[in-house]
Amino acid sequence: MAKFTKANSVGEWLDQRLNTTTLNKVLMTEYWIPKDINFLWAMGVLLATTFGILVISGIFLMMYYKPDVNLAFDSVNYTIMQEVAYGWLFRHMHGVAASVVFLIIYIHMLTGIYYGSYKQGREMIWISGMLLFVTFSAAGFSGYMLPWGQMSYWAAMVITNLFGGVPFIGDALVVWIRGDFNVADATLTRFFMLHVFLLPIVIMGIIVVHFYTLRIPHVNNQESEDIDFDAEAEKYLSGNKKESKVIPFWPIFISKDLAVLGIFLIFYFYLVFFHYSFAMDPVNFDPADNMVTPAHIYPEWYFLWSYEVLRGFFFDIGPIKAFDVGLIAFGFANVIFFIFPFLDRDPAVLPAHKRPGFNIWFWLLMVDLIVLTVYGKLPPTGINAWVGFVSATIFIILFLLLPIITKADAKKRGA
Amino acid sequence: MRELKVLIVVVVFTLITYWGVEPFAHSQMHPHVEPADYEYKDVDGLNGLTGNATNGASLVQTNCTACHSIEKEGFPPVMDDATSAASYGVVPPDLSTAGNLYNADYLAAFIKNPAKASKVEHKFKDGRIHPMPGYEWMQPQEIADMVAYLQSIAPEEMTNKEVFTDACQRCHGIKYGDMKGGTMSAHTPNENIKAYMGKTPPDLSQYIRSRGESYLHTFINDPQKHLEGTAMPRVGLTQKAEQQAIDYMEQVGDSKKAEREELGPKFLIYLVIFAIFAWLWKAKLWRNLH
Repeated sequence: MAKFTKANSVGEWLDQRLNTTTLNKVLMTEYWIPKDINFLWAMGVLLATTFGILVISGIFLMMYYKPDVNLAFDSVNYTIMQEVAYGWLFRHMHGVAASVVFLIIYIHMLTGIYYGSYKQGREMIWISGMLLFVTFSAAGFSGYMLPWGQMSYWAAMVITNLFGGVPFIGDALVVWIRGDFNVADATLTRFFMLHVFLLPIVIMGIIVVHFYTLRIPHVNNQESEDIDFDAEAEKYLSGNKKESKVIPFWPIFISKDLAVLGIFLIFYFYLVFFHYSFAMDPVNFDPADNMVTPAHIYPEWYFLWSYEVLRGFFFDIGPIKAFDVGLIAFGFANVIFFIFPFLDRDPAVLPAHKRPGFNIWFWLLMVDLIVLTVYGKLPPTGINAWVGFVSATIFIILFLLLPIITKADAKKRGA
Repeated sequence: MRELKVLIVVVVFTLITYWGVEPFAHSQMHPHVEPADYEYKDVDGLNGLTGNATNGASLVQTNCTACHSIEKEGFPPVMDDATSAASYGVVPPDLSTAGNLYNADYLAAFIKNPAKASKVEHKFKDGRIHPMPGYEWMQPQEIADMVAYLQSIAPEEMTNKEVFTDACQRCHGIKYGDMKGGTMSAHTPNENIKAYMGKTPPDLSQYIRSRGESYLHTFINDPQKHLEGTAMPRVGLTQKAEQQAIDYMEQVGDSKKAEREELGPKFLIYLVIFAIFAWLWKAKLWRNLH
């Protein structure tokens, strides 16, 4: 056993046992981040904060929520919203954070794509991030079911139905997921379990992995400059802070994050108090009724782009039914982002504005995603169906072209 | 100012997306309807006649009290809710407050031809008749007298809850209004109202959140505008009574609105202060770096 001398302070006592001084250096004061960054580099801390808000508000909501088809709606809309002191505040914070977290996730992802922060050693950052996107999506979907309103019920119906398209085991799979032949009490209870236990635990685990994946390749910077972190850290520590290209996570990097976070929280709480309908759909304030289909069924805004890829193929192609074509396209849309690092055939890490072909590709993707999102909400009739078809097709073509475009960029640069 | 340019790009793309999925999508899914008409210009109402309340009193008491109670004037209901619902299909309203709740022209038109004034003629075809017979055979002056009488006995002021109870609760419950006592369920029993309307009219507890105030105004004023063919009658509420009914729905369904609107600015002020200090701290630390 190691020898322990008498400690003169609590800090020292802990240091002897937990090596907190070194831990603090490794995680905080000597964890190096590039200096050449803009506010987009704060999205990670914004996401961590928003996730924290979701966990804490969720814990309070869970104290009164009842996962039972006969009680769920009133436990949310009466007990929590009208009776419990500040229950409405926690519900609004939870509902709005669930929506806003996806806005920040998309900004975070698209920042990564724009600056090329997913390749040359950073692949695992990207892949663990995509795993977080998928688990957050599952958490968003399962949470949306809990108030047991009309949209909860019918979205659950439509989405669980999708699994029926899986070859051979589809029908059995749907029953297995629902726990019943229909979306019913068993479905609500298991999605409650997923939402409050399994998914949050998995998300927390992946967040740790996601942070860890940054350690070796380091965070990218605005010019995608290749930095010698050891040399630059030495400069910083020797007092040459102006010349050093790196900053420590604590307190320099975090001070910028907090400044951005301050602005973000103003925006977020404005939505919580005064502008929440976008995140808490009015239709979901009608109790679930399996006899009445709502006039328009649509998912939350953050699922609309992939929902539109699913709906875009509204006619049979040869022997393949429209439903299956849509499902294949939907599967493509959800898998393709995972392999993004391997579709980019340009070996250099550069921001999009230094990659002519990729730059055009990136902005086309942005526009296409917005068109898909907007038309994903509209009724798929007349011209809307065709806009959906064209934009879904463009989405797929863009990804098929990505290796070619990135390779051409590299070639032009003489790489 | 590269950072500002980046911010503008992020904000613009966010706003375009927001505009597309909220205002634009809603304008496509919920077509615009004409604003509410509280004058009920389309009905064959009083046509400018002024009524005599004294004469109206005897007319109402001989023609109406066989079915309607007027508790205020000493005419109690002849049967309990369940029995009268079984007899008429729906519980007939007490007339004590009708003169306050309903527009005078509408009342006159309703007495003459209930199905037509309430725009539910499509429900009463093929031998089905409205539970209240029309009084078109009466002289227009007599109709005006009855309206004048109903107005003369009606209270000047009613609470929001009283308006809701008299105007809506015969068909609609609003259970959050009295979750424990259960007094805010619909007066007409479920099976009767379902048979009468074709389906159970919805509980209105959360309608202030699910429909919103502006939809409720145009909808209550003329349900056919938003839902063509709906069984819900146009009830002819005055602008004031309609506002009170909706205010009650808000008191019940969004009871923390005042607290929310009071607390919001405090949160925002606190966060502005936090943001200022955060920026100052950031500026202080980063000054040494460039």
